[in-house]
Amino acid sequence: MEFFIDRFPLYLSGAGVTLTITLIGAALAFVLAMAVGVLGTMRNPVARGVATFYTETFRGIAALVLMYWMAFAIPQLTPYEFDPMFAAILALGLNIGAYGAEVVRGAVNAVPRAQIEATIALNMSWARRTWSVVLPQAWAQMLPTFGNLVIELMKATAIVSLIGVTDLTRVAQEQRSATGETILAFSSALVMYFVIAQALILGVRLLERRANRRLGRAPEGGSGLLALLRPPPVTATGGGR
Amino acid sequence: MAWDWEFTGRIIPDLLSGLVVTVQATVLGYALALVLGLAVALVRRVPVVGPLLHAVMEFIRCTPLLVQLVFVFTLAPGGISAFTIGFLVLGVHYAAYTAEVYRSGIEGVPPGQWEASRALSLPAHRTWGAVVLPQAVRRVIPALGNYLIAMFKDTPLLFAITVGELMYQASRIGGVYFRYLEAMTLVGLFFLLVSVPSAVLIRRLERRYAAV
Repeated sequence: MEFFIDRFPLYLSGAGVTLTITLIGAALAFVLAMAVGVLGTMRNPVARGVATFYTETFRGIAALVLMYWMAFAIPQLTPYEFDPMFAAILALGLNIGAYGAEVVRGAVNAVPRAQIEATIALNMSWARRTWSVVLPQAWAQMLPTFGNLVIELMKATAIVSLIGVTDLTRVAQEQRSATGETILAFSSALVMYFVIAQALILGVRLLERRANRRLGRAPEGGSGLLALLRPPPVTATGGGR
Repeated sequence: MAWDWEFTGRIIPDLLSGLVVTVQATVLGYALALVLGLAVALVRRVPVVGPLLHAVMEFIRCTPLLVQLVFVFTLAPGGISAFTIGFLVLGVHYAAYTAEVYRSGIEGVPPGQWEASRALSLPAHRTWGAVVLPQAVRRVIPALGNYLIAMFKDTPLLFAITVGELMYQASRIGGVYFRYLEAMTLVGLFFLLVSVPSAVLIRRLERRYAAV
């Protein structure tokens, strides 16, 4: 415990870097997922082709490979050089965004057909229909999977330590080589990762409840803070990956 | 510096030998994840031990694989090879995921099946072995397949603990010749070459087993 208390500021700054990369990466992934996901539901074959190309490419390449490519191959190909942190955020955002796009596509396609027919009967434009009817319903459905993806993203940020960003993992490795306390150095980092993950899970669950309330659905498992801590039922579709 | 085809040809054999290690680690790790995940899913139903095991698995699932790899690698006694540690940690990490998949499959078996086994007074091992598990596993095959692809894409992390897989070879080549472009691009292409067809395969599996 003393080990951890002494080095808490160091670990905290590492956790700050990890959290920053997670949040900016998540924002990038979210924008990409929404844009590409909606493209994938359109009737236009070009739009769908672009969406398929993006998801298959960036889902297919591991984030670590993508990050190394950006950090080391780009400077060789072009006169520009990416800041390691920027390369990491871009690689993670593109990778998780591709997973997210599939989630958005699935959720939008799962909105009942009758809802679309009703908007057509009401003579709504495509933009109006998507914005005020389709997305609010799809949003409630995509949130749980988005939650899993944010956790995956947070865990994946550990790779930035390999290209020299001083995140939580890097701090743990530095402390290990400085003190030789392997178990303490790494378990401190693991516990902090776990705490960050739990905080993110809680945040997503709050969003889920709000989305469901807006659709007039009662939250599952009752209300109150205790119900939030209870995990929602798992479906057999295989998580966020 | 532009693309150098002659250099590309020269590094391909090294990268292919890395790819073999990548595939080996994936296959061994996945086999471990499949077996261990099922064991965890079953033990989770036992009182006291079950919730405890669940908490451990939850912790493993919420922390980065890279840190777990480096942690175990630094702690492990000298005699164990990096490759062994690599696939073991990979397998245990993914067992935390497959356990959840199996659990959802088991919970998805209709109660009538349990009641029927009880009515026929089947012993527990027959209920599980002949009634519940065949149905549970069948419906989660696509989900399990997704994790095989996910795991394949996580094997580059093994390079952090000096396992000679694809990524390791690529960064070694990059370091020696001070050219990363060709090696890194090829690694990306190799990954696409494996993951795109396997994604198509999983989609086919999904269609085949979805009706069950």
